[in-house]
Amino acid sequence: MIALSDYLMLSGILFSLAVAGIFLNRKNVIILLMCIELMLLAVNTNFIAFSHFLQDTTGQVFVFFILTVAAAEAAIGLAILVVLFRNRRTINVQDLDSLKG
Amino acid sequence: MGFEKFLFYCFAAISVVSAGMVITRRNPVHAVLWLVMTFVTSAGLWILLEAEFLGIVLVLVYVGAVMVLFLFVVMMLDVDIAAMRAGFITYLPIGALVAAIMLVEIELVMGSGDFGLDAFPKPAPAGMEVNNTRELGLLLYTVYVYPFELAAVLLLVAIVAAIRLTLRHRPDTKFVDPVHQVRVKKGPARIRIVKMPAVAPVVNETPAATKDQPA
Repeated sequence: MIALSDYLMLSGILFSLAVAGIFLNRKNVIILLMCIELMLLAVNTNFIAFSHFLQDTTGQVFVFFILTVAAAEAAIGLAILVVLFRNRRTINVQDLDSLKG
Repeated sequence: MGFEKFLFYCFAAISVVSAGMVITRRNPVHAVLWLVMTFVTSAGLWILLEAEFLGIVLVLVYVGAVMVLFLFVVMMLDVDIAAMRAGFITYLPIGALVAAIMLVEIELVMGSGDFGLDAFPKPAPAGMEVNNTRELGLLLYTVYVYPFELAAVLLLVAIVAAIRLTLRHRPDTKFVDPVHQVRVKKGPARIRIVKMPAVAPVVNETPAATKDQPA
């Protein structure tokens, strides 16, 4: 039988991989956004696992709202990225230092 | 080993390997495609957890719309991959260290001690009469109807923000703003009568005069 802890461990692994990805690809904004999506996926898997093992549908409603927020975040983030690239011709995080005091 | 266990370990291995590929690929397009793979296998895991509606939604909406949006943007931007990869090896140890510490901590907490089968027994599998979509819809449209409408407003705000951010006014196009078009009225504001002195146009008659002189 698959226990709840198996699902929690799997989502823990996914979350840690996403954190490692943020460290490794810290220059590329697109991959940073993708790592955030990966983190949200791990959290959603946690919610659904708890919802199944506690027999409570509320967790799935929460996942529904997280998906909505993540879609809005991705749309606005990519729009900002496109505008950024149009103005600066780069998406390298190290080149985006015009706000440096 | 039951079939469910086999499915779980298959999906778990595929999703972990694809997540590793997402963060290590050199080409961002490949990374997005591996992310799609991770999402699809996670949808399989969600369906294994009897969350069928959300599993289908994850594939249809998330992979079908959001990931395709990512692909569009990745392919649209002309990114210098070599410059982006500089320092990848330098930051590998610290990234791996932080991730490993975090992983060990999470696994220590989530390990089978408190979340095992004895604390959370596996619920009986739902029969054919249980409709996950119906249950979710009943909750969503009664108890959570205000958050649901707030989510709709949030999506509207996201649409407006994304369009406003990427809208570009080019000075060289012949586009006329509809706001100015509908403001046009008949009357003095639109047509201005300019007073000009009534002077007959001066015609140069010298060539005709020279022609007439010999006659």
